[in-house]
Parts: sequence; structure tokens; C-alpha cells
Amino acid sequence: MAKSLRIIPEKCTGCMQCELACSWVQTGMFQPSRSLIRVNIFDEQASYAPYTCFQCDEAWCMTACPVNAISIDADTGAKVVGDANCVGCGLCTIACPFGTVFYNPDTQKAFKCDLCDGNPACAVACPTGAIEYTESESADWLGGWAEKVNESYLTSIEGGNAA
Amino acid sequence: MTHGWAGHILRVDLSRGKATKEPLRLDWAEEYIGGRGLAARYLYEEMDPSADALGPDNKLILATGPLTGTNASCGARYMVVTKGPLTGAITTSNSGGHWGPELKFAGYDMVIVEGRADRPCYLLVDDDRVEIRDAAGVWGKVVSETEDAIRDETGMPELRVAGIGPAGENLVRFACIVNDKHRAAGRSGVGAVMGSKNLKAIAVRGNQGVRVARPRDYMSAIWSYHEHLAESPGRQGLTELGTAPTVDLVNTFGGLPTRNFTAGQFEGTEAINGESIKDNWLIANKACFACNIACGRVTQVSPNADKYMVNMHPRNWKVAGEGPEYENLWSLGADCGVDDMDAIVMANYLCNDLGMDPISMGATLATAMEMYERGLLNDEQTGMALRFGDGKALVAMTEATGFREGFGDELAEGSKRMTDKFEHPEYFMGVKGQEFPAYDPRGFQGMGVAYATCNRGACHLRAWTPGIETSGEYDPHGTDGKSVWVAEEQNRTTAHDATGICMFTTAGAPLDDLIPVLSAATGVDYTMDDFVHIGERIWNIERLWNLKAGLTAADDTLPKRLMEEAHKEGPSAGVTVDLDAMLPDYYAARGWTADGQPTREKLMELGLA
Repeated sequence: MAKSLRIIPEKCTGCMQCELACSWVQTGMFQPSRSLIRVNIFDEQASYAPYTCFQCDEAWCMTACPVNAISIDADTGAKVVGDANCVGCGLCTIACPFGTVFYNPDTQKAFKCDLCDGNPACAVACPTGAIEYTESESADWLGGWAEKVNESYLTSIEGGNAA
Repeated sequence: MTHGWAGHILRVDLSRGKATKEPLRLDWAEEYIGGRGLAARYLYEEMDPSADALGPDNKLILATGPLTGTNASCGARYMVVTKGPLTGAITTSNSGGHWGPELKFAGYDMVIVEGRADRPCYLLVDDDRVEIRDAAGVWGKVVSETEDAIRDETGMPELRVAGIGPAGENLVRFACIVNDKHRAAGRSGVGAVMGSKNLKAIAVRGNQGVRVARPRDYMSAIWSYHEHLAESPGRQGLTELGTAPTVDLVNTFGGLPTRNFTAGQFEGTEAINGESIKDNWLIANKACFACNIACGRVTQVSPNADKYMVNMHPRNWKVAGEGPEYENLWSLGADCGVDDMDAIVMANYLCNDLGMDPISMGATLATAMEMYERGLLNDEQTGMALRFGDGKALVAMTEATGFREGFGDELAEGSKRMTDKFEHPEYFMGVKGQEFPAYDPRGFQGMGVAYATCNRGACHLRAWTPGIETSGEYDPHGTDGKSVWVAEEQNRTTAHDATGICMFTTAGAPLDDLIPVLSAATGVDYTMDDFVHIGERIWNIERLWNLKAGLTAADDTLPKRLMEEAHKEGPSAGVTVDLDAMLPDYYAARGWTADGQPTREKLMELGLA
């Protein structure tokens, strides 16, 4: 069974420690604009949601890449950008349905979460336990979550509650 | 290459419409750390302290510290340093949220705003691109709408915005600068200074990073600092209940100023304490940038609050807001005798969105209420009955003050000027023109000397004595040892304020933990002694500034009520503040003369002469 990142948005306070930890790993500085995990703040709902690459089973970034620069790490299952092959075309950044593959203007390469070789800094840094790195049947729990949301939406339409 | 410090300042001359990027004075940065200290150094160098606080010659500095923008919990803070329109003294008003770190990421340690624009403008900072833009589209808007409007207008959803609401535009003397909609540099009227410059907001986006000098040392220091913070009961209490449990603590000791300091205990505390908020109003905790505490309370008004609906802004009352914190629960609650949380929450939201300090707002209204109850103000003057405990008067007057409508125009001048105008200065409860916060020095004697000597007027954050005074170590009503402790604590908190780290971390992690973090970040080897010495240096330069501004030892005083009238009931009954006993000890502890002037020897020792 592979480990995967899980986000528990109810526990998130919006403190950005995950962004700081990630940017530290990426750049050796505190530079949230280079973080691969981003905290979305929905102020009026008092809701904070960190999101990053969840290493989809069906990884569109890999499918889209014209030079096969994205490969699967054998140990962690992470989809990893190989800098040597990446030509910086940016197709993966467009293909990702979650917007979690980024383009780095300094290196002119794509960059995305590689699970920090199995010890994700964001999960370590989170002071509230809102980011966990745990065993799961599939790394692709977000897909299942989206299906659930979709189901409840369909149910609400059938129940006549659609907005 | 600088570490910790970004290495540059942004100077904006609004009179000439010019913005320039300058190198930071690194020698000053080492000697004053940053934030409050570094900004005070610049202000001391550059500005005539006798200038009009609301005139073009006042300078407005927004300054971060070397740890702002790092992951050190909570490296969110920036300090607004300027001449305060409420006090005429140097003011140092601190805020968290996300704006300060964003300024660092844009590559600046501080912004110095000079002059006065000839029409409303706002500043857009996008790394090296700096524009002074026309604010016609946002002038007049409340704080939350200003932020949204600037993001829409520029098409930059990631902008962080610090700005003023109608209160700042209308030069309410206790207007705030509010960033991220709910975080405020709250006290002494820094928002009015911004308003007087016709500057609506400073919107920032930064894409650069903050470096640390010794990464390995830094990270190991951070882990131990964060671990101690996580484990401490002080931190856990703030996470669980925010600042509101202080209501019960302070009330128990008879130190909760009630109805304009006419009583030391409030009968309605059960309605306004931490549990009450948690059970009835709280939706979520909210953290500032890099904060491992998350004391912020996101709340929602209850359906019952409809009775307090105000005219200006119906949309906003349906959604969540932030607070109230302890201070606001007191000022809008106990001090006005109000125990209806719906009214307090509503007035608190109004203060946030109009951009004004709820402490001074509540305290000034409480003074007006006492004068009204005593028949010294009448309905014709006030436009409505101002009785203690009236939630409707609280909400209506809060709105009126932000817009300077009716009697709100008098309240907007602050308690000192209002009581002077109506010829009863004895009802002003504050120091140097600034209203007291939520601790009655007759319950906590040490707060008396802390208030009287604070450089920015009455303030609880420079030396907060209730902690040690209730620990059993000191007699809360006695004067012994208080002056020395206050002087030392002022030095510690002042240096702390210079780092860019939130004061609340000291409720959990020991100060010793922070020194190695600061050293590893900046590459300057600070010891605890250096740190406290820097705090003393900053305190003294602020004092020198105030003396040049015309303040004297006569301003280090308290209202007669605190020194002559004791409470008749409760744990603090019979106690008055013996400032005459404490003040000489304080001056001596500071190495100042008997009339409060820093001696030449002291200034030499601090590198100020």
C-alpha cells in the first residue's frame, strides 16, 4: 500500500506553514510564490483549504507531456518532473485539472510536488494536523472525494434543492 | 546579500508623486533589529517631532522585522510608526495577518510615506513595480470592500491590502490601518495619519523570498522553539478560547474596569467570556501568517442581532467576521455596561469595517455615557439617550463615529478632547490622550506605572503585569518591585516587537528560544543581554522623540480617579494607585533624572549620545 497526502480542511487555520516549508525545500528560502502547496482562503466562509498534487492514478500531466519528462517514483509513487528532459513547454500545467503543476520562470522548467522523497515537509510543518501523509489503498483519494461531492450534488438536484 | 532583512526600503513622497527604492541602513538594522526599533530610528533621524500629526510633515512608516515572512511562529507582524494624532507622541501600532510578510516578499523591510497627495490615491507594490494610483474608485468604501475593489480593479487576486475605512478618511483620531480585512494596527489613530495623506491603501504582491543566514542552525532553533510553543498550556489556552478567558481572570481580581472605571467587576461577564463566545458565536479559529497558535476568532452574528441593524452596510452582517477579542469585549461590553453579545459583536464588526480602534471607541463612548448619566450631556447634544448598558446606543454611536455624524463627530475626537470640550476632563480615563485598555490598575497596581510611562499613551502591551501580579510572586495591590519589573519588561517587549514576531508567542515559548532563531536568521550573534539592551535603546529613542515633541514628565500620570477613588466593593475594594511611590523608582530603574530625562551617561551607554 502506498502512502499519500491527505488534507483535512476542517483542521486548517490558514497559517501557511505548509507553503513556507514547501518553498524552503524548493528554494532554500521562505518564498510562498514558489510553494507547490497553496492554501486557498475562503474568508467569508471561514474555510481554509490547502491543495497540492495528489498524485492521481490517471495522471494527465504525464499523458500531456510530449517528451515523457514526468515519471513515477518507484518508492513513493510520486509523479516526478525530470529536469533533464523537461523542455518547459508548460503543457502539463494546463493539463492538470487541479492546477497543481507549476512553471518556474527561473529554471524554465515545470515543477510539481514530488512528496519530498517520502517525507513531505508540508505534513511535517503543519501545526494542526490538517495535512497527513498516510497509508491508503489508492493515492487518488481526491478522485473519490470529487465523486462523492458530485453524487450529493446530483441527489440535491433530484430532491429539487438545486440553486 | 542580506539575510532576515530584505535589505531595501520603499520611500514614497506623495506630495511629489514619487516612489524610490533605497538600500536599508544595515548598521541601524543591527542596532535596532527592525520593526518598531528600526522605524523609530528612521523617524528620529528624519522627522521634526513637533510637526502636526495630521499634516504633510508627519511621516508614516510601516515596518517589518527580520523574522517577518519567515516560518518562525508567528512571523506575521509589521509595525506602524508615526506621530499619533490621539497622543501627539510617537506611536507604534502592530498588526498581523499577511500584509507584512507580503511586503518582505516584495523585497522591502519598510515603507516610509511622506507628504500628502493632492487627491485620494493608493499605492500598488508588485515587487519592483510601484505605482501611485488614483483611488477615486475606492475612496469612501469600507475596509472589506476596499480590499475586494482593489483586487478587482487591478486584476490581481493575490494582492494583500492594508488600508483605511471611512474612519481614517474622516480623520477619526483613533482610526486604524486594517490589513487582510480584519487585522489592524489599531491604536493611536495611525489610520487618521494615512487618511490625512489622502492615501487609501497600500496593496502589495511579492514574489521574492526571505533568506536566512545559517539555514541549519536556523531550522534546529525553530524546531525547539515551535515544540515548546506547541506543548505550552499558554499556547493551548489561546488556541482553544482565544484571548477572551482574560475576562474571567481579570474580573476575579476586581481589575475589569466597568462603566468608565466606576467599578472593578462586571456583573455580566458570563455573557461575554471565552466559553460564551465558543458556544454561541465561534465558527472557526483563524491564524495569521506562520502562526502556530491561531487565536483569531471567526464569528457570526446571531439572527437576534437584526434589532441592531444599521443603515450603512446590510450585506456584511450576514457573513462571518472576526473577533471580538478580550479588549473589545471589555471596551464595547463591560466599559459601556453592555452584556448583550449581539450588540458587542455588531459594534466590533462595525469598528473593523469602518477601520477604527474598538478600545478607544468603547472607552470614549463609556466616558460619554457617564457624563450623560450625570446630566453633563443632554439629549440635544447627543441626539439620543446614552445610558450604560444600552446596546442600541453602542451600535448606533459606533456607526455615527466612523462617519462623524451627529454626536459621533465629538466621539471621533477621542475621550480626552471630548471631555475637554464639555469641560469635564476628570472623566477622561487614559494617559497622554489615549484611552486605557482593559485592566484597572486598582486591581493590578503595576499596570498603573506601566500605563503612565508608556511612550504611546495608555497601553497594555508594553508591560503586562497581571500575569506576574496574579502568580503569587507579588501582591497585586502593592507597589514593591513593580517599577523595576515594568522597566525591564518594557525593554523585553520592545525588542520583541522589533523582530516581527507576535507578542502572544511569549505566552508559550520562552524568550530564550527566540534569540538563536533571530541570530541564525540575520547572521548577527545576539545574546539575551544584547536583546534587552536593544529594547532599552529603542525605548529611550522613543522617549527622546517624545521629549522633542513637547511631552514632559507631567504627562507620565494617571487620572485622579485611579489615584484617589477606590472601588467600594470586590477584591480590589479600598485600593488606589500609588503612582507617587512607583514613578521615582521607575525613573531610577531607567537611569533617568527625577524629572524623567534620560541622563547623558545612559544615552552614552545606549549609543544615543
